[in-house]
Amino acid sequence: MTQRDKVLKSIYEAVDEVNEQLPEERTLEKSPDTVLLGEAGRLESIELVNILVATESNVEDAFGVPISVTDERAISEKNSPFKTIESLCGFISNLLEEKSSG
Amino acid sequence: MDSSKVMLITGTRKGIGEQLVKHYVAQGFNVVGCSRKDVDYTFDNYQHFCLDVSHETEVKKLFFGIKKSYGRLDCLINNAGIGLANHILLTPCKTVQDIMNTNFTGTFLFCREGARLMKQNGFGRIVNLTTVATPLKLEGEAAYASSKAAVITLTQILGKELAEFGITVNAIGPTPIKTDLIRSIPKDKIRRLIDSLAVKRYGKVLDVINVIDFFIKPESDYITGQTIYLGGV
Repeated sequence: MTQRDKVLKSIYEAVDEVNEQLPEERTLEKSPDTVLLGEAGRLESIELVNILVATESNVEDAFGVPISVTDERAISEKNSPFKTIESLCGFISNLLEEKSSG
Repeated sequence: MDSSKVMLITGTRKGIGEQLVKHYVAQGFNVVGCSRKDVDYTFDNYQHFCLDVSHETEVKKLFFGIKKSYGRLDCLINNAGIGLANHILLTPCKTVQDIMNTNFTGTFLFCREGARLMKQNGFGRIVNLTTVATPLKLEGEAAYASSKAAVITLTQILGKELAEFGITVNAIGPTPIKTDLIRSIPKDKIRRLIDSLAVKRYGKVLDVINVIDFFIKPESDYITGQTIYLGGV
């Protein structure tokens, strides 16, 4: 399994956790294209927080290193790394690479 | 008490923090503590980390260690604090930055990371240490009292943000207690401060413990965002 696949798996597990709390019409699809933030997103801001915190915990468990899923652009619809599952996956992959190189 | 409960206390090398460790270890908590330097005491159910509370990477490592060792965090006591009495006209910028880093940034980071861990169990109790110097607007304490004012506002806002996760956030403002923190403050100034209190005596660590015990009780789940000052301030 590649690093990207492991990160995606961690995100999808977080999506599963949050979907359990959501009504069926608002559940999220487990796809890189799924929008987490913005008008096209189905999440309330607290649900986004829940996904990110759960993802952080899952990634820490999967990779055995502490990471911090925080970013000053968190709620900026235009530039947020949390806009889609794909962008979140890229953001976390960068964090892990920074960890391993430094 | 459930003996598997885990409490994290910052600033445990001496003063109030050391006494809190002894009290809560005796109560059966698994206590994790931290300070810049190592402690000169040990307990079976006490684990110590050496770190700077405002250093994000070190703080993350500590919480990762708690997660691996215990898988939970029930109570967080943000006790670490520094203060240096001085007139504003004589206070170096570096002093202000150090005070804000330890007292505010450290508390912020521990609240953030603590809440992430507490959220997993849907339960948490956070108690932040502030001071009567803030409501009394004590001259000579501009940086210290302001840093603690920030802690009070943080407490109030986090009380709202974290309520839905079963986490309460409260603060306690002690009066002067005979610790190193007040060693450099002139005795007559301390005397005048104590004379201005409703209950005119030095505070004791037991006074602090009494309030913390109240805040961390499971039954205190309807109390959040509050600051209790000692001595009748």
